[in-house]
Amino acid sequence: MNVPENLRYAESHEWILVEGDTGTVGITDHAQAELTDIVFAEPPPVGKKLSAGEVAAVVESVKAASDIYSPVSGEVTGRNEAVEANPALLNTDPFGAGWIYKIRISNPAEVEALKDPAAYRAQIGA
Amino acid sequence: MVDFAGWEMPVQYSGILAEHKSVREEVGVFDISHMGEFFVGGPGSVAWLDSLLTNNVASLSDGAAQYSLMLNERGGVIDDLIVYRLGAEKFLLVVNASMIEEDAAWLNSHMAGGIEFENASGRFGALAVQGPSAAGIFEKLFGRKMPDERNRILQLGENFVVTTGYTGEAGFEWIMPAGEAVAAWGRCLEAGAKPCGLGARDTLRLEMCYPLNGSDLSPDRTPLEAGLGFFVDLGKPDFVGKSALVAQKAAGVPARLCALRVTEKAPPIRPHYPVWIGGNPVTETTSGALSPSLGDGIALAYLPFEFSKPGQEVEIEVRGKRFRACVRKKPLYQKET
Repeated sequence: MNVPENLRYAESHEWILVEGDTGTVGITDHAQAELTDIVFAEPPPVGKKLSAGEVAAVVESVKAASDIYSPVSGEVTGRNEAVEANPALLNTDPFGAGWIYKIRISNPAEVEALKDPAAYRAQIGA
Repeated sequence: MVDFAGWEMPVQYSGILAEHKSVREEVGVFDISHMGEFFVGGPGSVAWLDSLLTNNVASLSDGAAQYSLMLNERGGVIDDLIVYRLGAEKFLLVVNASMIEEDAAWLNSHMAGGIEFENASGRFGALAVQGPSAAGIFEKLFGRKMPDERNRILQLGENFVVTTGYTGEAGFEWIMPAGEAVAAWGRCLEAGAKPCGLGARDTLRLEMCYPLNGSDLSPDRTPLEAGLGFFVDLGKPDFVGKSALVAQKAAGVPARLCALRVTEKAPPIRPHYPVWIGGNPVTETTSGALSPSLGDGIALAYLPFEFSKPGQEVEIEVRGKRFRACVRKKPLYQKET
């Protein structure tokens, strides 16, 4: 199971890539493998203010709908329309083309509280 | 794995879409050991079953099976089942896993003299082999040609193989002593069937608009409302629920279980989503899924009779947003010929 070194992870299987004060958020390889066959994704609207742990997006596989929780607080600055048009990107490239939204991080301390790759690997038994 | 009526069962093996496709195009095998098996025998068993089930048991020939329903006094559905006629006065009933105890209690509470009844659910396992290539698996397993006709039973000792299914494809269901089930599963895989889970079983049956008891059938809905009138013989002298059905037919069926197909880009439809007509919420979906064959959301819902005709436009609410859908003729999926 792929767990890239340059990301931080939420227990609920989201990843965040931090570049300056902006974070890019998606779901992990482990999450997409568990969901399988993702057929619908709805990234949050630009401008939406999210608190850490709040539902930010919904993805649905054939079998079930799953909430995606924002790993950090802030304002949405970008949404990946490509995953809306082609939700399978979440399965095929979860850490790349399958990103879901970008967020302006309002509280950098929340990033520090997320799991590092080793801790997330331990969580999923990878 | 999920809990299903007390059974730990896989939703999927390789993935619902791949499993669904293999059943539509080749062949898949489902573990349906959770289903219940009852044996009924003894003099008078034909008349006894005819007094408790909607379809005509007397008309069933030896070695054939039929779909039927068990109703309460109000005409509501307790369970839907398959009746196998093994001999003149010898039957096997295959019932839903979640209803085994209730069905057995209901039948026992209507017991008649001379009837032998056995709930043998714990003694049997069962597999369903489904798909256009199922006949090849049948030949490999049983060394003979699969009957072309539906609902034909092949009995080999305590193995009952019948050309039935819940997918809309050719195939058979195979009931065997529980101790032989693991080996039987292995032989099906060896013969080329792809393992399929509950997820694909649900999308396949929903495309065909086959109802699922507990979701689309309920003690508060009659088979006439569920669109199952074909399996109800109102010409029989009497059966539990008949008078309620006769009265409902005379008064007019108030609602019908309709097939819905989404007509715009929308999230997958799930059970219990509100259905709107003309700006008002009128009902909710009883089943719903993304149809792998059609690529659109599909659902079943009880609509008031006046809104139940194919072509009726409705909206299905998903997380507070409404999406356009349309009542369609059943089944939603038809094989291209």
